[in-house]
Amino acid sequence: MAVRASLFFLFLLLCSLLAAALYEDQVGIADWHQKYIGKTKQAVFHTQKAGRKRVVVATEENVIASLDLRSGDIYWRHVLGKNDPVDQIGIALGKYVVTLSSEGSVLRAWNLPDGQMSWETSIEVLKPSKSLLYVPANAGVEKDNLILVYGGGCLHAISSIDGEVAWKKEFSLEGFNIQGISQPLGGSIIYIVGFTSNSQVVVNKVNAKTGELLNHNSVAYPRGLSGEVLQVSSDLLVALDAARSSLVTINFQASDISFHHMAISNLVQESFVTVSLLPLNVNGMFAAKVDSTLVLARVKDTGELEVTEKINDPSCVSDAILLTEGQEAFAMVQHADNRIHLSIRVNNDIATEVLKESISVDPQRGHAQKIFINNYVRTDRSHGFRALIVMEDHSLLLVQQGEIVWSREDGLASIVDSTVSELPVEKVGVSVAKVEENLLEWLKGHMLKLKGTLMLASAEDVATIQGMRLKNSEKNKMTRDHNGFRKLIIVLTKAGKVLALHTGDGRVIWSVLLPSLRESDVCDSPIALNIYQWHVPHHHAMDENPSLLIVGKCGQSSDAPGVLSVVDSYTGKELNSIMLAHSIAQVIPLPFTDSNEQRLHLIIDRNSDGHLYPRTPDSINVFLREMSSIYWYSVDAEKSMIRGHALKGKCNLDSADEYCFSSKELWSIIFPSESEKIAKIATRKMNEVVHTQAKVNVDHDVMYKYISKNIVFAATVSPKASGEIGSATPEEASLVAYLIDAVTGRILHRVTHQGAQGPIHAVVSENWVVYHYFNLRAHRYEMSVIEIYDQSRAVNKDVWKLILGKHNLTSPITSYSKPEVVVKTQTYFFTHSVKAVAVTATAKGITSKQVLIGTIGDQVLALDKRFLDPRRTLNPSQAEKEEGIIPLTDALPIIPQSYITHSHQVEGLRDIVTIPAKLESTTLVFSYGVDLFFTRIAPSRTYDSLTEDFSYALLLITIIALVAAIIVTWILSEKKELREKWR
Amino acid sequence: MGRRRSLLAFLLLLSISLSLFCSNASADFQSDELLQDDDEFGLEGARSPDLEHLNPIRTPIRRRSDPDSFSSSDSKAIQFTLEHAFGDSGFSPAGTFTARLKSWNHGGHTLTKLRFSRNALTHAEKEAFEKLLKEDDFYIIRVPSNVLSPGPDYIVSSIKARCLPRETLDEQFVIHAEGVNILAVNYGSAGPCQYPRPLKFPAKWSFNSYTLLKTSEQAPRTPAFAEELLAGENGEEEGVKPPEKSFWAKYWMYLIPLGLIVMNTVTQAMNMPEEQAGGQSGTQAQQTVAQRGPNAAARRR
Repeated sequence: MAVRASLFFLFLLLCSLLAAALYEDQVGIADWHQKYIGKTKQAVFHTQKAGRKRVVVATEENVIASLDLRSGDIYWRHVLGKNDPVDQIGIALGKYVVTLSSEGSVLRAWNLPDGQMSWETSIEVLKPSKSLLYVPANAGVEKDNLILVYGGGCLHAISSIDGEVAWKKEFSLEGFNIQGISQPLGGSIIYIVGFTSNSQVVVNKVNAKTGELLNHNSVAYPRGLSGEVLQVSSDLLVALDAARSSLVTINFQASDISFHHMAISNLVQESFVTVSLLPLNVNGMFAAKVDSTLVLARVKDTGELEVTEKINDPSCVSDAILLTEGQEAFAMVQHADNRIHLSIRVNNDIATEVLKESISVDPQRGHAQKIFINNYVRTDRSHGFRALIVMEDHSLLLVQQGEIVWSREDGLASIVDSTVSELPVEKVGVSVAKVEENLLEWLKGHMLKLKGTLMLASAEDVATIQGMRLKNSEKNKMTRDHNGFRKLIIVLTKAGKVLALHTGDGRVIWSVLLPSLRESDVCDSPIALNIYQWHVPHHHAMDENPSLLIVGKCGQSSDAPGVLSVVDSYTGKELNSIMLAHSIAQVIPLPFTDSNEQRLHLIIDRNSDGHLYPRTPDSINVFLREMSSIYWYSVDAEKSMIRGHALKGKCNLDSADEYCFSSKELWSIIFPSESEKIAKIATRKMNEVVHTQAKVNVDHDVMYKYISKNIVFAATVSPKASGEIGSATPEEASLVAYLIDAVTGRILHRVTHQGAQGPIHAVVSENWVVYHYFNLRAHRYEMSVIEIYDQSRAVNKDVWKLILGKHNLTSPITSYSKPEVVVKTQTYFFTHSVKAVAVTATAKGITSKQVLIGTIGDQVLALDKRFLDPRRTLNPSQAEKEEGIIPLTDALPIIPQSYITHSHQVEGLRDIVTIPAKLESTTLVFSYGVDLFFTRIAPSRTYDSLTEDFSYALLLITIIALVAAIIVTWILSEKKELREKWR
Repeated sequence: MGRRRSLLAFLLLLSISLSLFCSNASADFQSDELLQDDDEFGLEGARSPDLEHLNPIRTPIRRRSDPDSFSSSDSKAIQFTLEHAFGDSGFSPAGTFTARLKSWNHGGHTLTKLRFSRNALTHAEKEAFEKLLKEDDFYIIRVPSNVLSPGPDYIVSSIKARCLPRETLDEQFVIHAEGVNILAVNYGSAGPCQYPRPLKFPAKWSFNSYTLLKTSEQAPRTPAFAEELLAGENGEEEGVKPPEKSFWAKYWMYLIPLGLIVMNTVTQAMNMPEEQAGGQSGTQAQQTVAQRGPNAAARRR
């Protein structure tokens, strides 16, 4: 009976939740979804003549996509897993795209028109090595072409029709590294050339049909080889020698291997520092980058080298495409003064440029980094060329006939960090004409909506209503709105580009490729790290623009110097940039501002010294006042250690730097390395608002939430179980969850989950933590919740104490007091594995919370926090039910309607960001991965505003009708009264 | 035969010595017995965290337990030192923790019976502490992270020195241990620490130490839940019914307006003194209202 009742109750609850979903025609009103692919690594053009022209690209975000060459739209797209990077891509049989991924261990064929996977072959890779995919040129479509794949010391010939392995040849030679595969046209012989670790050049002659080894030949090159090598033609290799000072041409198809050697200094007649070879698949030609100069050279029949061109500007070359028999074309781009110069040359007449175009590009796209070309037949039957150019900011351009046909902002597929900026305040003084026009449109719109409500609208009208809803000009305005829905989402991408997206429709308002985060002499391999709010004007909000702080560093190592850059939030102009002398380990935005309202930031370097920014006397005054109450913690995952720090005094550096502060270690927690390994650290969001500190129980008892900004959730797993799920037995695996106070290093709570394993995802909010992990015993994912309550304030429940003022509610709370906490926990099963977890945030913290879960299907699920309440019991009493406690179930329900991404998928989901709107009921949600998705949700529904499709006209008409009715009845009654009196 | 006899004699001796030791201990260390119970209780993971402040284990200072008595018992006794530092000074020994290491059959170890004895503050240390109090600086302590084989890693913990002084210097150690490893030490004053911290000196310059050993709790898991669910299904009839509400609690929202209406009519009736009959009935109604009046007030509070 009780179970039935609880089920009924659950059903009722589900019904109540249904209303939280949206109707089909509401899609796109508040949300937008953008699809990206990431930085293009390789591109192949469709060779078939029929059908629309497409290009297939493989990207660094492990995406394979087919793009429309006319518009840049995505026809189809597949996002491979994080651990499945695409190495190479090719086209087989004219109808399949073949991709080799995961270091040459998986070969897949995708159908060109629709992207369906035709077959997949996994190749056994014994040891990691360079992988190579060789798809023979389409000699004939009807023939069963074999695709040659080299990976892990083994050469596989795979049928391109069904992916069957035709033959397999192992090269057991020690240190053998394949460098090239060549198949002379029409021949049944394959040459496999490779180097061994001791600079031997090995040539294997293999029968293409059977894989039989026909001939094995190896010659040692006395000077040694660097391993960098290019295949110049079917019988020639060009390699760099071990000293990287001269080029070696290797002719391998003859009966014996012959070398020809030439010093690079002879080629360029200059001294040089670095040299690298660039792939250029033009017969008999190669390219090399000597310092910053691009050198094009030709290999003569005798094996000698001849420089044909030197280019000093930043430039790159494309692979060659076959025009006619023996005629190959390749493209070259040079970048100079915001213009890119594209030239296309043909190999048999290298001096003349077949095509020369100059295109102006947005300077915020940086230099061209890669180019792929494709030819087509013009209306006058001559050869036309189009080029696909990958820019420094990871965007993709298609250039044809001297102009940019389309461009894709694919840097947005690799967002590193994001923040939000308010839009400018609306200035007073709007023209009357504008208002009139708006009024007319407003009336028209409402008439249409009225029609729609009264079921009088035709199909056309419905379409216009829908269009109006979607194109609601109100939401795309560039000013602040009353509800706080309109904002700028500022994102920082991996390429060091900062873009501002409008929350209304996701369009890019401005973008800037930060000069300080571009590769230069002072900073090679810069890495973009974080973005913070630097300056948020309140006093002069009308005339001052907010600005942002972008933090990056130069180089991978932990002691790499940092880079700071300040950018205006409204215009994207870089206001200031500093190259730091110290490294960046941690950036702490402090809750203080100087007199210019610039936020103080403390940057901790590798030596645990703190550096204060902005460097103004004013900021240091503010800082010195608050210095004694600044604490931070650092996590050393390798040593399984968490340390707490406080500031001590000035740095003891040689130079007197008054913005530098030394620190001291206050506490440390060391997890035993043999049994625990840090797997997850989570903290509360600094800007989170908590509305009420007390929670009233069913029995009218008050529990005080333990609300501390310093609470840190740490989870450790046993080292054996730190790998993939299933790599450890339940007995070996355990997970320990900790709640730590970051000021004193106190462990407030510690709990062990036996037989549990990562990956762990956690979110901390108010006084609770929700974390997700895998339970090996139950073979299911679980979510646990910990709620922590403060007992030291429980004495305040006495009314008399409150009246007499003896309570301690107003006394300041210090972390140094001994905490008296009570913890409530509960664990539930959860069906999905999870990619990211977040929690909704509202302006005042009154609205109940939802936990946003990025599921493995790249969708975002909103789960009511009520489901994760540790107070849920099997048979809640009537009072508990009234309070909203749901009967205890062992699993969390997944209600299809509560997917906030509805039909969309945020491919490659990495993070979910919640932003409070001004309207208390509403949270803005921005989730990103390869795709971007933005929506706004109301966890307790929009209780504080009317919905957008509320028919004001209907209300107006009703009021008018009522007023009219009142007047009429009044007149009638007057008349009646008069008649009565006359009687 | 001779061997057996000697063995018997040995056992007898051992039991005598043990009983002697026990009686000795019970005579001298009344609190130790309590501690033992408390520890065993804690081991089961059943201790609720709020119990700890109710019965803290008070180890009086300067009352060192004889380490020899531990070595004579069969579980292993271990010692590790507590070091302290005043502000930026270096670490120096401050006291000794003694504990027993229990070995389990499956190879695990557990620390039990933690005791602490603090060295008396030297004059220099006292001065250093006074300086700390004046500067509102940190008093830092550390213990080795591995108590069996102290390595280079230390668990550090600290407190603002001004939080400690009361009558004496009250301190509390909550040591989180896992096997032979100490994860963390929650170090601080035994009670609340005021903020802003006033400068005050203790009446007596000695430490009053409380120690507590904490091991990890096991997370409760829902298998019990499934059984409960089944049990709930079987014992359907016994399901808790919500307590029946009183008549008043159920219908107060109807009764109050009704009362008002009645009152209204009564006053109206009073205004018409000509009609005697109506007035009588009115007083009756008023009586009933008057009876309900205080009741309603009590309910609504």
